[in-house]
Amino acid sequence: METASVRSHADTGWFSAAMCRIRKKKCQAVAKRPALSVKGDVVTISGDNAVLEIKDMTKVFGAVTALKDMQLSVKSGRVHTILGENGAGKSTLMKILAGVYQPTSGSILLDGQPYAPTSPQDAARAGLTIVFQELSLCNNMTVAENILATREPSRGGFINDKALVRKAAELVKELGLPVSVTTRVGDLSIAQRQLVEIAKGLSIEAKVVILDEPTSSLSDSEAEILFEIIARLKARGVAVIYISHRMEEIMRLSDDITVVRDGNYITTRDKTEVTIAELIALMVGRDMNEIYPAREVAAPATTKGPVLAVKGLSRGDEFENVSFEVRPGEILGFFGLIGSGRSEVMNTLFGIARASAGTVAIDGKEVTIASPVDAISRGIGFATENRKEEGLVLGHSVESNISMVALNRFSSPLGFLKRRSERQAANAEVDRLAIKTASLDISAGSLSGGNQQKIVLAKWLLTQPKILILDEPTRGVDVGAKFEIYKIIRQLAAEGTAILLVSSELPEVIGMSDRVVVMSEGKVTAIADPDQMTPEKIMSFATGFTS
Amino acid sequence: MSDKSAASAAFKQVMRQYGGIFLSLIILCVIFSVANQRFMSVANFLNILQQVSVIAIAAFGMTWVILLGEIDLSIGSIIAVAGMVGAQCFAFGLGFAPALSLTLVAGALLGLVNGVLTAKLLLPSFIVTVATMGIYRGMVSLPTNGAPAMIMEPSWTAIGTQSFIGIPIVIWVVAVLFLFNHILLSKTKFGRRAYLTGGNKEAAHYSGIKVDSLKIVIFMISGVMAAISGILLSSRLFSAQTNAGMSYELDAIAAAVLGGTSLAGGVGTMIGTLIGALIIGVLNNGMNMLSVPYFYQLIVKGLVILIAVYLDVRSKRAKQ
Repeated sequence: METASVRSHADTGWFSAAMCRIRKKKCQAVAKRPALSVKGDVVTISGDNAVLEIKDMTKVFGAVTALKDMQLSVKSGRVHTILGENGAGKSTLMKILAGVYQPTSGSILLDGQPYAPTSPQDAARAGLTIVFQELSLCNNMTVAENILATREPSRGGFINDKALVRKAAELVKELGLPVSVTTRVGDLSIAQRQLVEIAKGLSIEAKVVILDEPTSSLSDSEAEILFEIIARLKARGVAVIYISHRMEEIMRLSDDITVVRDGNYITTRDKTEVTIAELIALMVGRDMNEIYPAREVAAPATTKGPVLAVKGLSRGDEFENVSFEVRPGEILGFFGLIGSGRSEVMNTLFGIARASAGTVAIDGKEVTIASPVDAISRGIGFATENRKEEGLVLGHSVESNISMVALNRFSSPLGFLKRRSERQAANAEVDRLAIKTASLDISAGSLSGGNQQKIVLAKWLLTQPKILILDEPTRGVDVGAKFEIYKIIRQLAAEGTAILLVSSELPEVIGMSDRVVVMSEGKVTAIADPDQMTPEKIMSFATGFTS
Repeated sequence: MSDKSAASAAFKQVMRQYGGIFLSLIILCVIFSVANQRFMSVANFLNILQQVSVIAIAAFGMTWVILLGEIDLSIGSIIAVAGMVGAQCFAFGLGFAPALSLTLVAGALLGLVNGVLTAKLLLPSFIVTVATMGIYRGMVSLPTNGAPAMIMEPSWTAIGTQSFIGIPIVIWVVAVLFLFNHILLSKTKFGRRAYLTGGNKEAAHYSGIKVDSLKIVIFMISGVMAAISGILLSSRLFSAQTNAGMSYELDAIAAAVLGGTSLAGGVGTMIGTLIGALIIGVLNNGMNMLSVPYFYQLIVKGLVILIAVYLDVRSKRAKQ
């Protein structure tokens, strides 16, 4: 029953299902092999047979070899994680599977048949669906219209709205999504949109589903919904290729894990035979003793006056009566589930939104911050959580992105740009933060997530902020680059910058912060000192279950 | 020697960036030269420059606006308003300098209105300037009840008819404004901020760029450029016509887009726009010399714009 709605409108699904019904006897005969089982009238396959097999695949772009002798064997009913740093070749591999790129050499078999898709539509027809991490939804259309886009139930070219809503609702219900299908996608939160995106991908009946960092903008409870969905897919015999940077999640979900590094296939392991530390070592090619760099300088003494003091800050129904202080050189963590108001507080501190009550004092003096211009002139920097939308001009060069905020430093009193000093400063930042880029002139959008994030950091570092707000600074960043970003944060704190570190990754907040402000439903529920900074305590404050 | 290599490097740079468009311009010139021997002469080339001057200057302003991801459809009407303001100034007995200043101020004010409506009231610039296109066009007729106004002031008409060191003053004006806009766009903080804002408004806002004021100033630049175009046009015609500059906004947009300015914002140069304007000028001039009927000219112009933009887009895609 579970698959009925899916099967009914998938263009390849109905055929194979029908064929199976015709050949039911034959199928059942074959089903004596342990790999095959029959559930209802739908045949599902699980067990040892590889549904997708990649052999010796190489992809060359000009002078660059993006993938070399790649091997991959994905089995039905199992979750196969591809693990690698950004730039390791995962995206290239996924794009080849989705038909965006064609391999230079090597072979792919899907269900034993040669597989060489020339477009994502082609791939979908062959039974492979990919859910990309970038949102590809139309914000002005409803959830139902988005999920069934291009496959709307219709008669004579007219869309049957009732059937559309019904089908989408069935699917959403089946997947357990907490959204109404008649809502406009633009009215949903980013996390809900991500779930809708996944639902859209899964509405096509597929043998192989690729999920590319599906949880990067989901809260824990929303991620749970996704994990449920994955479990159902597995039970249905679908092979899931999973890409993520969150190790805990990978260990929990995966059956098999393939590690790639610098375009090379490294190894495939069964989840039960490997530890997180081993995986990280395999992935970065070196041992990583610690995930969070230790403080080299002691946390600042409490006698030092706060550089930023916030008292009773409120804004409409977003958050109320938020108070905290941060001293120079201190890393103040901010933890809370999605919807807790953390990001809204930061937006208000930076002058994007106006507070409805409360005061903000910098260096003991009360200030009004009405715009980002005000905030920057008071020494506040803000690396937002959406680096592509609010942090970078993706189509512009690395250099002009780095110099973006500190442009005054690189221009004469008459407003003429000093290109030489701009270039020098950009080069210095690229060196200091170890930004991997072919040159300063290539577009920021062509770099990997970790390097893009470093560019965002670089542009704020050039302004030498007293207070630096970092909202999810390691989202979508691979483990190696994460560690480098942590080191940079430590370094900044050691130099006396006060840092507000907002993160939804609990280990990160605990591992990096001197104290943690915990928020729940728009209120500060605790400001945890080091002795209170255990995952259990903080999570209980964040969920509001305090005694 | 080093001068020569620098020049050739600069030439290569221009070819790399504007290859497709530059090639289109040269191909057009070759075609017209073969078809009509009088086409390839200094005199005719100056003639083309003179004819294209009004469009080119308006297109410089349009480039700023498009670069920001906006559009200004009111410049054709501003061209007419500028001529009428000049004519009225002289009718009231003002001298050349006050008339010139008032005309430029009028252009800036009309641009300011577009800018404020777009930036502060958050209306789409397309809608705002469709509306002001009509409003400004109507305002032209207010002083004369729809009749054209003669301009006999010799200093004013000299702009469109006299030469300086053998080159028409109009061309000097284009050259100076080209340099001004080119330098402002590519060498200054202001220009950089325009590029950044056009590339990503949100990121620009979060980076402390005053996006609203920038938008307003750029609409004012567009208004002033259109006013200067209007001055050139009225000086050449010895009068302010109520239908002057009609649909010039489309030629200006075509010139900017031909020159590689992206309607999505964040990409574009003044050199590209100049080349784009020249293509339009060469087409008009060449076809006039061959006595191609007007309606055929329209068809050919449309096709050439499509082909040139296609070539350019293709060459850029190939590079990626």
